[in-house]
Amino acid sequence: MIRARGVSVDLGGKPVLRDVDLAVADGEWLSIVGPNGAGKTTLLRWLAGLTPGAGELVIADRPAGELRRRERARLVALVPQTPVVPEGVTVADYVLLGRTPHIRPLGAEGPQDLAAVHDALALLDLVPMAGRVVSSLSGGERQRVLIARALAQGAPIVLLDEPTTALDVGHQQQVLELVDELRRSRGLSVVSTMHDLTLAGQYADRLVLLDAGRVVVDGPADEVLTEEILARHYGANVRVIHDGGHPVVLPRRENREVAEP
Amino acid sequence: MTALTTAGEPGPLRTARLRAGWLGVGIAALVVAAGAGLLIGPVTIAPDDVVRLLLGLDTDLTTNQLNIVREIRLPRVVLGLLVGATLSAAGAGYQGVFRNPLADPYLLGAAAGAGLGVTLVIVRAAEGSGTPAAAPVAAFAGAMLAVALTYALGAAGSGRTSTASLILAGVAVTSFLTAAQTYVQQRNLDTVRQVYVWILGRLSTAGWSEVRLLLPYAVVCFAVLLSQRRTLDVLAVGDDEASTLGLHPQRSRLLIVVAASLGTAAAVSVSGLIAFVGIIVPHTVRLLAGVSHRVVVPLSMLFGGAFLVLADLLARTIASPAELPIGVVTAFFGAPFFVVVLRTSRRGVLS
Repeated sequence: MIRARGVSVDLGGKPVLRDVDLAVADGEWLSIVGPNGAGKTTLLRWLAGLTPGAGELVIADRPAGELRRRERARLVALVPQTPVVPEGVTVADYVLLGRTPHIRPLGAEGPQDLAAVHDALALLDLVPMAGRVVSSLSGGERQRVLIARALAQGAPIVLLDEPTTALDVGHQQQVLELVDELRRSRGLSVVSTMHDLTLAGQYADRLVLLDAGRVVVDGPADEVLTEEILARHYGANVRVIHDGGHPVVLPRRENREVAEP
Repeated sequence: MTALTTAGEPGPLRTARLRAGWLGVGIAALVVAAGAGLLIGPVTIAPDDVVRLLLGLDTDLTTNQLNIVREIRLPRVVLGLLVGATLSAAGAGYQGVFRNPLADPYLLGAAAGAGLGVTLVIVRAAEGSGTPAAAPVAAFAGAMLAVALTYALGAAGSGRTSTASLILAGVAVTSFLTAAQTYVQQRNLDTVRQVYVWILGRLSTAGWSEVRLLLPYAVVCFAVLLSQRRTLDVLAVGDDEASTLGLHPQRSRLLIVVAASLGTAAAVSVSGLIAFVGIIVPHTVRLLAGVSHRVVVPLSMLFGGAFLVLADLLARTIASPAELPIGVVTAFFGAPFFVVVLRTSRRGVLS
């Protein structure tokens, strides 16, 4: 469970977030959506403790300010949008980095750490790739390795920053299905930022729409993904239809007169 | 069917660690280098006598031969091992914390700062031979000042240190401190020869005084860098991700930079400026044995020590009875060797 109240963040003297409230229950998937520059990534970074700002944060019933960094890392894992992948590091070693908050500062990894790494690799079908170099993998494989690292971290709260941006539609679905399965089987709370509104509505239990640093709508996909709201906050001309119980956002283009040659 | 682990089965997970094979190769390199350093020289001494001497058994050696081994060759070999191990481990540490393959004691200005510190001590000290005891302290102060300057300049404006800005800042700081050092040197012509000989780098010692001077600093440097080798691996994913993994990246970086600078400064103060060791040894290890600092730090110490002892052997035999500056040898043989390793290696670490 993670709960934020009154989050305000300024970056370079400019207000980026104002008075944002947000709560995610155990096992719930919340997706943060909003137009470019609305503050989605900043909010996620604030939740991860990477951006200073005002506001109260409670993580697993404890005020975030009381948590030491290692304790916090055992509760909250972040999957960044553009991770730094060191050259030459193998999949197994990269996923093992997720165990950092569990390994004593001067200690070495124990059997339980290797078991956690192995479990994460097995869940994501990465065991055959354990010895490969991460930087040589394709985008979809790399995203799975990142999620495996977050899983090995053993945190009940997972923050995903644009987890599907670099992927084709098939891999987008694979990654999101995977996150959804893990959420169900392990009771993870998931907070993601999402660019694709249709996918956000299909996978998340609840959407929070940010615009200019404020929460404008917070609710199930049906309440957030409406033609009026998307026109007002995205300036978008879209049609929202329903398919399989989920809203689908279709961009529209008005017919224009085409000049005869 | 072979008994190999097939895909998907829970086989043993291979994570990076110092494996017995590489540890054995490193120790073997050390022993071979030390043996060569002890046995080769103008005075021929039988190998079995040297072994007996080291084991504390009776030997057929004359007093003269005994003195050559005990007071000339042995301290020189030990000093070479310590200096080589220190410079290489420090290089691995700098490259790790600055996430920059070109970071080394020289590029960051640490060596130039240490050089200025030692020059100031030498010109202040009255006539005397050997290295003044204040030299490591002055060298450390100079090295820390230089690294702090480089880091501050490299971070200026952007708030973050990029590879390019850090290197440019290091070049600027090195030039400035080298100019200051040259100025001090030229203003004190009575000691110019002493300073100049020291700058070129040498391991020639009279007895064990240099070893005793360097040893405590080297031990601290080794202990910190070995204890932080896992931290160095985490720092490789950048400060933000390292923070979300439970680390305090700035604190860790400071600790490692201080330890590496302390080791560099002490090594520079007893051996002068021996360039290139801190960059080629860790890179060669990375190319051959893997990129994890859990492997790179200890192996860099072993191979760095062996490399410097062999380089010193060449420096004192190639133009015998004259001695070449050891820095000339490390660069002359190190650079082509490094290029060969780089070209034949299948791991594209520097790409």
